Amino acid sequence: MKWKWETLRIWMRRVMPRRSGDGMDAELLKQMARGIMTTRPDEIGCDECFEQMDRFVEMKLAGADPAEAMPLVQDHLARCTSCREEFEALLAAVEAMD
Amino acid sequence: MKDRTNQEWLDDLREPDRDEALADLRAFLVRGLGYSLASRSDVDGVLIEDFAQDALLKILDNLDTFRGESRFTTWAQKIAVRVAFTELRRHRWRDLSLEAITEPHGIDFVPDFLVDPEAPPDQQTVQRHFLESLQRLIATELTDKQRQALVAVRIQGIPIEEVARRMDTNRNALYKLLHDARQRLKSRMEAEGLSPEDVLAAFGS
Repeated sequence: MKWKWETLRIWMRRVMPRRSGDGMDAELLKQMARGIMTTRPDEIGCDECFEQMDRFVEMKLAGADPAEAMPLVQDHLARCTSCREEFEALLAAVEAMD
Repeated sequence: MKDRTNQEWLDDLREPDRDEALADLRAFLVRGLGYSLASRSDVDGVLIEDFAQDALLKILDNLDTFRGESRFTTWAQKIAVRVAFTELRRHRWRDLSLEAITEPHGIDFVPDFLVDPEAPPDQQTVQRHFLESLQRLIATELTDKQRQALVAVRIQGIPIEEVARRMDTNRNALYKLLHDARQRLKSRMEAEGLSPEDVLAAFGS
C-alpha cells in the first residue's frame, strides 16, 4: 500500500493543540514522546505477556511485587492498551472470586 | 463447586465422563466474566454465557499447555477474558475497513507546533525539536506498514488486534513491528542530539 502524505497531515493534526483546547492532544503527544523515548531492546510481545499474566495477577493479589519479579510484563502492560485491559479484567475476576 | 487441585482439574477434564467438571468450570468462568465485564453496558448475561462456552472449548483444546505456574482456574479465566475481549473488540470495530485507517479525510495540515508556552524556554526548544524530528522521521525513516500501524494504534486508538487483522498479521507480530518503529525513531532522534532524558523532562515525564 502506498503511504499518503495526507494521512501524515491528519496524523500531525491530531497531535496539534486544539484551538479550544481540552488537553487531549497534548496528552497524546506526551504519550508518544514517552513511548518512543523509553523504548527498550528487550521488550516482550503480547504472546509472552499473555503467557505470564495469570502468575502476575496471583502475585499481585498475594501482596507480592510482580512488577519487580516480572519487569518485562510490567513494561508491556504499561505500553499495550489491549493487554492492560485484559490484565485489569482478569485481576477484577480473580480478586472477586478469592 | 467441588474444590479441586490443579491436577484434579486436569484429570477430571480429561476423563470421558467429565460433565460435572465441565459444568463447574463453565459456571466458574461465567461468574468471573461477570466481574471482569461488570462495568460494560454492552454485555449481558447471554453474551457472557456465549463467551464462557467459547472459552471452555479453547481451554479443553489447550490443556496440554497449562504449565502449573498459577492456579488452574486463574489460567482458565485468563483464556476466557481473552476470548471475551477479542469478541467485543471485533464487534465494536466491525465496520472499520483498512481503507478507513489510511484514506485521506480532507483535513488541512497546520504547520504549527505543539509547544507548551508555560514551559521553561529550554524545554520549549526540546519540545519543538522533538516535534520537528517526529514529523520528519515518521515520513522518512519508517516503512509504510510501520507508519500505517503507528497511526492506527497509537493515534486513532484502534485495538492492536483489530489493526493486525486488517493488515493480515497477528497482534504479537504487530506489537513487534511497532516496537521496531519506536526503536528506529528513538535511535534516529538520539543521533540528531535528542536525548531521551531531555525529551522526557521537556514533556514532564
